[in-house]
Amino acid sequence: MQQGTARAGEAPTVRSGVAAGAKPMIELINVNKWFGALHVLRDVNLSVSERERVVVCGPSGSGKSTMIRCINRLEQHQEGQIIVDGIELTDDLKNIDAIRREVGMVFQSFNLFPHLTILENCTLAPIWVRKMPKKEAEELAMEFLTRVRIPEQAQKYPGQLSGGQQQRVAIARALCMRPKIMLFDEPTSALDPEMIKEVLDVMVELAQSGMTMVVVTHEMGFARTVADRVVFMDRGEVVEVGAPTEFFGNPKSERLKTFLSQILGH
Amino acid sequence: MTPPPAQSATLGANGMPVPSEEPRRPPVLSVGLLGWLRANLFSSWLNTAVTLVLAYFVISWALGLISWGVINAVWDVPGTGAQVDTSACRAIRGEGACWALIGEKYRFILFGLYPFDEQWRPALVVVIFVALYVVSAMRRFWNRWLGLVWIAALTVIGVLMWGGVFGLRFVEQERWGGLPITLILSTFGIAFAFPLSILVALGRRQTSMPAVKALCVVYIELIRGVPLISLLFMASVMFPLFLPEGMNIDKLLRAQVAIILFAAAYLAEVVRGGLQALPRGQYEAADALGLSYWQKTGFIVLPQALRLVIPPLVNTFIGMFKDTSLVLIIGIFDLLNTAKTSIIEPAWQGFGIEAYLFVSAIYFVFCFAMSKYSQDLEAEFNRHRRR
Repeated sequence: MQQGTARAGEAPTVRSGVAAGAKPMIELINVNKWFGALHVLRDVNLSVSERERVVVCGPSGSGKSTMIRCINRLEQHQEGQIIVDGIELTDDLKNIDAIRREVGMVFQSFNLFPHLTILENCTLAPIWVRKMPKKEAEELAMEFLTRVRIPEQAQKYPGQLSGGQQQRVAIARALCMRPKIMLFDEPTSALDPEMIKEVLDVMVELAQSGMTMVVVTHEMGFARTVADRVVFMDRGEVVEVGAPTEFFGNPKSERLKTFLSQILGH
Repeated sequence: MTPPPAQSATLGANGMPVPSEEPRRPPVLSVGLLGWLRANLFSSWLNTAVTLVLAYFVISWALGLISWGVINAVWDVPGTGAQVDTSACRAIRGEGACWALIGEKYRFILFGLYPFDEQWRPALVVVIFVALYVVSAMRRFWNRWLGLVWIAALTVIGVLMWGGVFGLRFVEQERWGGLPITLILSTFGIAFAFPLSILVALGRRQTSMPAVKALCVVYIELIRGVPLISLLFMASVMFPLFLPEGMNIDKLLRAQVAIILFAAAYLAEVVRGGLQALPRGQYEAADALGLSYWQKTGFIVLPQALRLVIPPLVNTFIGMFKDTSLVLIIGIFDLLNTAKTSIIEPAWQGFGIEAYLFVSAIYFVFCFAMSKYSQDLEAEFNRHRRR
């Protein structure tokens, strides 16, 4: 089983907690995508195992957001294969729906539904997509709201909450679908500095619970402590993949060295 | 150091004395009615002069209106029907209103040529319509029963207007007129045009279904591109030519369909504005949760998009309510047409102002109610959404 295929060609790295050869949850094989004439994903190869935590970083415009948005079909790739939990993403709407049920996503700008209460935000999809009875869905929602430490806000509306609270609700909302995989697209980039920690804490707990996670972030501290592997993307390519100690301690490519010196330099 | 006076000796948590006296009030001239007057009407010499000049015009105009509409007005004239003697009205034309016209003709204006003895039926229809509006306006009745209430009410309205069952005399549609016609045209118009407009607006945004999109674009542009009057003419004159021999569709129904199609095209663009104003993240979040297209549209997109466009929506509704008066051009006796017809007899010729003021007041009541209700609805929806 090939893991962490990178064009740089270094050896696949497996970290504690993830058995070598574990079942791949996400596989991207030679994925290419263009926005008009702009080539935004170039032969991207990445494989994420069950229970693995992968952090994706890179300069803005490097295609990291586009890549994870392809995993649940918010963006459509044009070449290559994306296989999630054994289902290949094609134009088949059934496959897309099946994958979206298994993949939770947290956005940079929260994207809570402002006209629904926090509780309704969390129960809508379980009730209508999972066909869960309302009462059961509400109990489940309260359980996850408690886990993200805001059960007392359940009856409020998103506009009444702080950014950090909203992002924690967004995490709870995604978890209420009981996904097998969680995608995070720069979850802390829109937050005030004092709120970043409360969101990261929730994400660390989630990682410890064994969730398969792909996280696009600039929080290198999070990458160091939580990630099994860190992926560096630049100009649409996966440039380097490695365990955090290797990745930060001994970067191989020039582009990663430059990037690390820029973000860690101050 | 002198010790602090005993009455203000309460100390706060930080050891500072807590002031215990009454809070100081702002100067009396800056608040309340006096403050408002000073700030808005008399803030400078120029403003004071403008205020006084305008006040003079407003007051003299109001006095004139009262003397025309109340003091010099004629409330009653001798005789009735063809023997009516309107010389008292003619004597003071220009100085006093002839409200006797309304007393004599209000039943014709309200109900048109509907058989006189049966006019309790259209009157009841108006009451049912108004009750239907009031019930529909209350959010606590917004559930599935409301749809059934509407169907039941509209059925009762049909039975009352047509008759022919339950011992009610049959009244052909050509004799209907006045306020019930206006309410029927606008209520059915809005009730059908609004859902249709939502479908058309959604269809116009279907980039993945070019045929549907093209159809919606063509519909909107075609209908918006012609005046309502020409649509009404087509419905009334041209459309029957295409029907097979012997088949006849009610003229009112044809006008109704024309109004629905016309209003839906306008409303569709209003709804589309709301759809476009919604941030893309809302669509993406709904997609990411696995909601189907119709779940996403029904639970996430429309509730937010329609709230955003309440003002222009109601704007279009109000315009549509008044546009129903254009059916007079194809000979349907709506409220405006009956008012126009009520002054056709020689005795009453020339008293158009009174008749038109009367129907204007009726139009105003309905339109103002819509406007006021939409403001309340907006405030209600926005209560939780301060961002």
